[in-house]
Amino acid sequence: MKAGVPDRPVRLAILTLASIAIAMPAAAAATIQVTIDKLVFSPASVDAKVGDTIEWVNKDVFAHTATVKGGWEVMIPPRKSASLTLKAAGAVDYFCRFHPNMKGHVDVAP
Amino acid sequence: MFTRYTVALAALLLVGAAPASYAADKPTDPQIAHIAYTAGVLDIEAAKQAIKKSKNKEVVDFAKDMERDHEAVNKQALDLVKKLKVKPEDNATSQALTKAAKEERAKLAKLKGAAFDKAYIENEVAYHKQVNGALETLLIPSASNAELKSLLETGLKIFQGHEQHAEHVAGMLK
Repeated sequence: MKAGVPDRPVRLAILTLASIAIAMPAAAAATIQVTIDKLVFSPASVDAKVGDTIEWVNKDVFAHTATVKGGWEVMIPPRKSASLTLKAAGAVDYFCRFHPNMKGHVDVAP
Repeated sequence: MFTRYTVALAALLLVGAAPASYAADKPTDPQIAHIAYTAGVLDIEAAKQAIKKSKNKEVVDFAKDMERDHEAVNKQALDLVKKLKVKPEDNATSQALTKAAKEERAKLAKLKGAAFDKAYIENEVAYHKQVNGALETLLIPSASNAELKSLLETGLKIFQGHEQHAEHVAGMLK
């Protein structure tokens, strides 16, 4: 074996490490989609991490909100999308302020 | 205060309470479309009155939400009847609703400030509750066209949301 050129298993290991390094930042900031259709948040419950973004895609012709009591609020105009980057860990229930019968949940891991 | 609405809606529900043998009493799709559209128009008119008269931000915001949502529902309803080539048909229930709403508006017109706000919001709670009852027990089960039924079901969810929203605002006024 010549010095300076790693053999095949070593090269594979380096490549694998490199791809993990590339994949990690992407995994650390995912975008999670929640669809709103006929006044239903779907999926109703999502798991996320701090730094992830939730994107609500509103298919209704009605304006909605994703509101956490005493916390954040996102306005979601009719047939539009709106996003929020999660800044704090914890489980939160949210609802639509205009239609409080619409409910959703996010589990935010640190 | 809500007697007239209640009477009108009781009349609406009575139609549903009739025995099945009186099939003629079951509203037809053109009548259902007219009733649902009228119920929306009446709530928009009530909202416009509140936007003009109220000085309370919560009440005005609520009224604007009602105006926006009911206009959106009614636009969908108009698009649907056009697509289905259904001509909404005026009927006794629509007329009773319109008459009751007119009387309620006249009553509210005489009120001011907090008394107006309270009466408007309480009527919104009662009105949505009763329209929801009519949708659930009569209009949705009677609708024969699947698309009309589906629109009414979405309407029911919207109105149930409004009822809860109105209850929330009513709670804040106390």
